[in-house]
Amino acid sequence: MGHIQKVRAAAVALALAGALAACGDAGDDGDEGSDVEVQENAADEFDDGTRMKELADAGSVTIGVKFDQPGIGFKGATDDAPVGFDPEIGKILAADLGIAPEDITWKETISDNREPFLQNGTVDLVIASYSITDERRQVVGQAGPYYVTGQQLLVGTDSDIDSLDDVKGTEVCSVTGSTSLENIEAEGAKPRGFDTYSECVDQVLNGTVDAMTTDGAILLGYAAENPDQLKVVVEPFSEERYGVGYSIDAPEMCEWITETIEDAQDDGAWATAFEATLGQSGVETPDPPAMDECPAA
Amino acid sequence: MDDLLDQYDLVLQAFWLTIQLSVLSGLCSLVFGTLLAALRVGPISVLRAAGTTYVALVRNTPLLLVFVFVFIAAPNLGWFVGTPFLVKGVIAMSVYTSAFVCEAVRSGVNAVSVGQAEAARAIGLTFTQTMGSVVLPQAFRAVVPPLASVLIAMTKNTSIAAVFGLMELTGRMRYFTNNSADDTVIFLVFAAFYIVLVELISAGAIGLERRWRAAR
Repeated sequence: MGHIQKVRAAAVALALAGALAACGDAGDDGDEGSDVEVQENAADEFDDGTRMKELADAGSVTIGVKFDQPGIGFKGATDDAPVGFDPEIGKILAADLGIAPEDITWKETISDNREPFLQNGTVDLVIASYSITDERRQVVGQAGPYYVTGQQLLVGTDSDIDSLDDVKGTEVCSVTGSTSLENIEAEGAKPRGFDTYSECVDQVLNGTVDAMTTDGAILLGYAAENPDQLKVVVEPFSEERYGVGYSIDAPEMCEWITETIEDAQDDGAWATAFEATLGQSGVETPDPPAMDECPAA
Repeated sequence: MDDLLDQYDLVLQAFWLTIQLSVLSGLCSLVFGTLLAALRVGPISVLRAAGTTYVALVRNTPLLLVFVFVFIAAPNLGWFVGTPFLVKGVIAMSVYTSAFVCEAVRSGVNAVSVGQAEAARAIGLTFTQTMGSVVLPQAFRAVVPPLASVLIAMTKNTSIAAVFGLMELTGRMRYFTNNSADDTVIFLVFAAFYIVLVELISAGAIGLERRWRAAR
């Protein structure tokens, strides 16, 4: 190998190392806000026979989150772990079990499979913009709310829609099978269900539909990405109370989830999680909501 | 189940949309598919090549991609922006199903032996008479079973439209399963609607087969 080649090889090696380091850095940036204090000897805290004890002993937990909602729960194709407010809540809960963020198994859940995943044990917890409803509480446990948002509309900046009455007869996009689509249909709009929120945003951007609707938190994320073309309008016209889903066979989890999140609200971990995720879209950090009481076990 | 009964009008609207999608797409596919088949068995080589290319291209593309093209890619390029969703659904379904109809019809024409056409010409029939009275009647008979399969598959394929803005049966089913505890009942009810549609097509096909049965 001649001198020149040697230098070249060294340069390539250096560049490669640099690139790898850059990748590592990028990954670390994405994990900001995950500085949760992992509880030590957490397993001792829980009574025998509880699901929390089982998880703490196992040292791992599987949490279902959304992968396609910027700010709430989002995972890019090349990311290692999802980022967003929901995963942050997951990390806080896992830390209380003595489980570090890197030991959490993240499982993508979509709106349709959250109940089945809890029922058949595919996931231990669902934290996936999972609105608390009476129907759902019949089949799964829901503790919370850890966050309260409301349905709003995302329209083009030149749109005439600025009140809820204006949607009558217009075409409004949301995700097929979602509660948002149901609500907007009740307001007299033609529901246009698509598979993902990003497809809906496309439909608004190219003018095929008049508006897109879902929880305001999600819409703000998209408006922030395209401030010249998109805006969020109307006051929230529904109340979505996000809860943590758990198996109905483990009712003891409710007290634990509620207390852990209340602690996080008190010590500022909740606000930190919000600022690092949903807060990025420019909204002020709201006061944390009051948690529901757990049903008597 | 109570949800379904309370909102039976929504269920029926969805059923009606599935019927519209199926019937309109079915008719368009039959017409366009038969034309394609005519191109492929016809004597003009340029048209033959065009038909062959179309079938090769479309039949090897997943239906989902055809939908993505019509509903998402095309509007991003400025096409179909003002087109009603139902029309876009029929376009996507027909573009795809035509290729299969074409191949089924072509197989029917090929099933009629060359001797039949030669005999028709020999007794002095014109080309139109040969096709109209001798070849096509026999071809149609052979084509009924495969065409029924194509149309049945198409009817069930309309469910893809559920995630492209059309509240047909599958989309409406997901509306009900979103909030309900007894998903199984809902699945069964909506499956029954599809079975009704598919059975109608099967029954029609059996009727045609009987009617056109060759006296041997």
